Amino acid sequence: MDVLDLTRLQFAVVTIYHYFFVPMSISLAATAAGLQVAWLRTGRERYRDLTRFVGKLLIVTFAVGVVTGLVQEFQFGMGWSAFARFYGDVFGPTLAIEGMLAFFLEATFLALWYFGWDRLPRALHAATIVIVAVGTVLSAFIILAANSFMQNPVAYSLDPVTGRARLDDFGALLFNEVNLAAFPHTLAGAAMAGGSLLLGIGVWRQRHGGEPAHRTLARLGAWLTVAGGALTALTGDHLGKVITEVQPMKMAAAEALYATTTGAPFSLFAVGSPGGGEPSFSIEIPRLLSILAAGSPGAEVQGIDDLQAQYAAQYGPGSYIPMIPVAFWSFRLMIGIGMLAAALAAFYLWSTRKGRPGHPLLPRVLPLVPILPAAANSFGWIFTETARQPWLAFGISRVADGISPGLTRAEVAASLIGFAVVYGILAAVWLRLIRHLSRQPLAPRAAPVEAAQPPAPVY
Amino acid sequence: MITAWFSLVVLCWVLFFVLEGFDFGVGMLGPVLGRDDHERGAAVRTIGPFWDGNEVWLVAAVGVTFAAFPAWYAALLSGLYLPMAALLLLLAARGVALEFRGKGDGARWRRRCDTALALSSAGIVALWGAVLGVLTHGLALGADGEVTGRGPARSLAPLATWPALAGAVLALFAAVLLGATFLALRTTGPVHARARRASVRLGAGGTLALGAAGMLGLSRPVLAAAVLCLGVTLVARHGRELVAFGATAVGVAGAVVAVFTVHGDVVLRSTLDPAWSLTMTGAAATAPALRLLSVAGAVVLPGVLVYQAFSYWVFRRRVASERVPS
Repeated sequence: MDVLDLTRLQFAVVTIYHYFFVPMSISLAATAAGLQVAWLRTGRERYRDLTRFVGKLLIVTFAVGVVTGLVQEFQFGMGWSAFARFYGDVFGPTLAIEGMLAFFLEATFLALWYFGWDRLPRALHAATIVIVAVGTVLSAFIILAANSFMQNPVAYSLDPVTGRARLDDFGALLFNEVNLAAFPHTLAGAAMAGGSLLLGIGVWRQRHGGEPAHRTLARLGAWLTVAGGALTALTGDHLGKVITEVQPMKMAAAEALYATTTGAPFSLFAVGSPGGGEPSFSIEIPRLLSILAAGSPGAEVQGIDDLQAQYAAQYGPGSYIPMIPVAFWSFRLMIGIGMLAAALAAFYLWSTRKGRPGHPLLPRVLPLVPILPAAANSFGWIFTETARQPWLAFGISRVADGISPGLTRAEVAASLIGFAVVYGILAAVWLRLIRHLSRQPLAPRAAPVEAAQPPAPVY
Repeated sequence: MITAWFSLVVLCWVLFFVLEGFDFGVGMLGPVLGRDDHERGAAVRTIGPFWDGNEVWLVAAVGVTFAAFPAWYAALLSGLYLPMAALLLLLAARGVALEFRGKGDGARWRRRCDTALALSSAGIVALWGAVLGVLTHGLALGADGEVTGRGPARSLAPLATWPALAGAVLALFAAVLLGATFLALRTTGPVHARARRASVRLGAGGTLALGAAGMLGLSRPVLAAAVLCLGVTLVARHGRELVAFGATAVGVAGAVVAVFTVHGDVVLRSTLDPAWSLTMTGAAATAPALRLLSVAGAVVLPGVLVYQAFSYWVFRRRVASERVPS
């Protein structure tokens, strides 16, 4: 592998790893906030206990998200300094505003919430976790705006003197049509990630002598997963139509559609080599791709070959075709795995309705269900980012032009090994802690009698 | 406007080094000053509600540097590639050690987290100190604004210099002194007594060392630091803990400002040719980007300062080791 491929691999590894924890944080924060508000309004202790429990999961998950998010902020300068220079005016303010506006809120108020149970009035304490939840959503919106610029550059102009991108309108950058479609899709995926974690834990604990509240937890998680699944499908359909318009090559790659076709079919499975021409065998649903891409069964969908010719004429000679097998399979795996998670959660809800014990196989299968949305989310990002190639920012700068000029393989290999080892340890410790926290009783033990305190000094 | 943004970048770095400085210091001192599980728990508890909010200033400092001076951000982070990667790994280890400490089971688990916390804190402080040292000296910037050379030696060589070494040692000392005065301020009982003694001794030792160094090199900033250390020692002896902590914090802030302004309007000096140095104007983002940032900063930052101050007020009570549940 040359230095460019290694640097890309490092970016992919640290980004995908970071993204295991981000969607969980978003939905755990919202769930904890919802539970605490429910406790405040109903006074039911079950909600208070679940709030504390979900909050602990959130703290542990958020911590991994924060330390791996810091890497994201640094690596544009470390590995991609040419890109940082070129794109700094657009990306820099977006990142800085995300930090100042959203991340400050999350970090400060999460600590206030966690350490403030007996220090803050009840309503104010509930407000702190609601603020955390709002902060996580705000973070997602702003960061996705930065990513959406790379998919569909808007609101910029090229500075004739420096040759760098210049930000013209921050509002237009935030409300990029790609962001407006990607943001709800991401949130729906996040709901599945957190919901399936709660479902998995709830079912696992019920199997090992849990408490009645664990059933509440499992059903809450299942509802979140099912609702998230339905919303992911709806928002994904919309996102696909927007992408077909702004990045037709990406959708053509997703289907490995070489020739422009009217009434294009959607293939569920293909044997042969997508990427080396037409597949030799494929199971297809007629006209579905036309419906997905353009909303009508007879619509024309542009093929890879035509788009390649069109881009070569527009941007000069070169290949504008992304890695077709990666795009083809990541797109299918994203949809298939995500829908499997939603289906399992729906089956659990139906099987345990009205206090029924549920299907005997479920307690064995469901504890593994959190893996599915995490995998589906990752495949979603792999699809989004690899099917944009060779572009960094679509139509303006290529990946090969963004890398730091002095970087060598040895340096990137060293840092990549370092990240892989540390991230591996983090994952093991995170899993161990989630298991440990899940095993603890939900209701707090009776408070220990506190030793006599000297009067608190004021300073 | 460029100068204003440069000041804001420096302010973010100052807030990071002062605020995280004390929690790095507490991280290093915790296992030394806390003799048992409860006492170590109390030490960690003094920074528990704050460290994440403090670290956000690093996110802000890097983010604002990227936003306002993209060329500076690009040159510094790619030029110091390997040290920055090491910093990120240590920051990751430290963050999870802090957050996971109270969530695991048993004293052995907590002991391990404390060790990881102390070692990673020391490593981070030494590396950042070295980076500050490198900033006073400059990097081998070429005409294109990138550090010249290739291979791992390129990004490691700047750290094997006297300014970097001095920066690392001074930063470790400053963080430990900040941590000691902060612990003295925030605890009661035996940890408090030990932290007070530690701050007096560290202050006295610092006075002697810096005084001698200042006289030998006749460097005025070092002499000023010695005088400050003497002051810290005296007020700490008299039990004026807030004043002692405040004086240390002011000293650290002064040192950081001095590092960032040592070359006037040059933000990153080129050791190869002065003409290739990166100036404030040369590294700055365009006017529209800076205007946008100004609006966002004016709206958001006062709010941040208010709610961070609120969180310090909520957790203003001292932490006694008996109170921490085992």
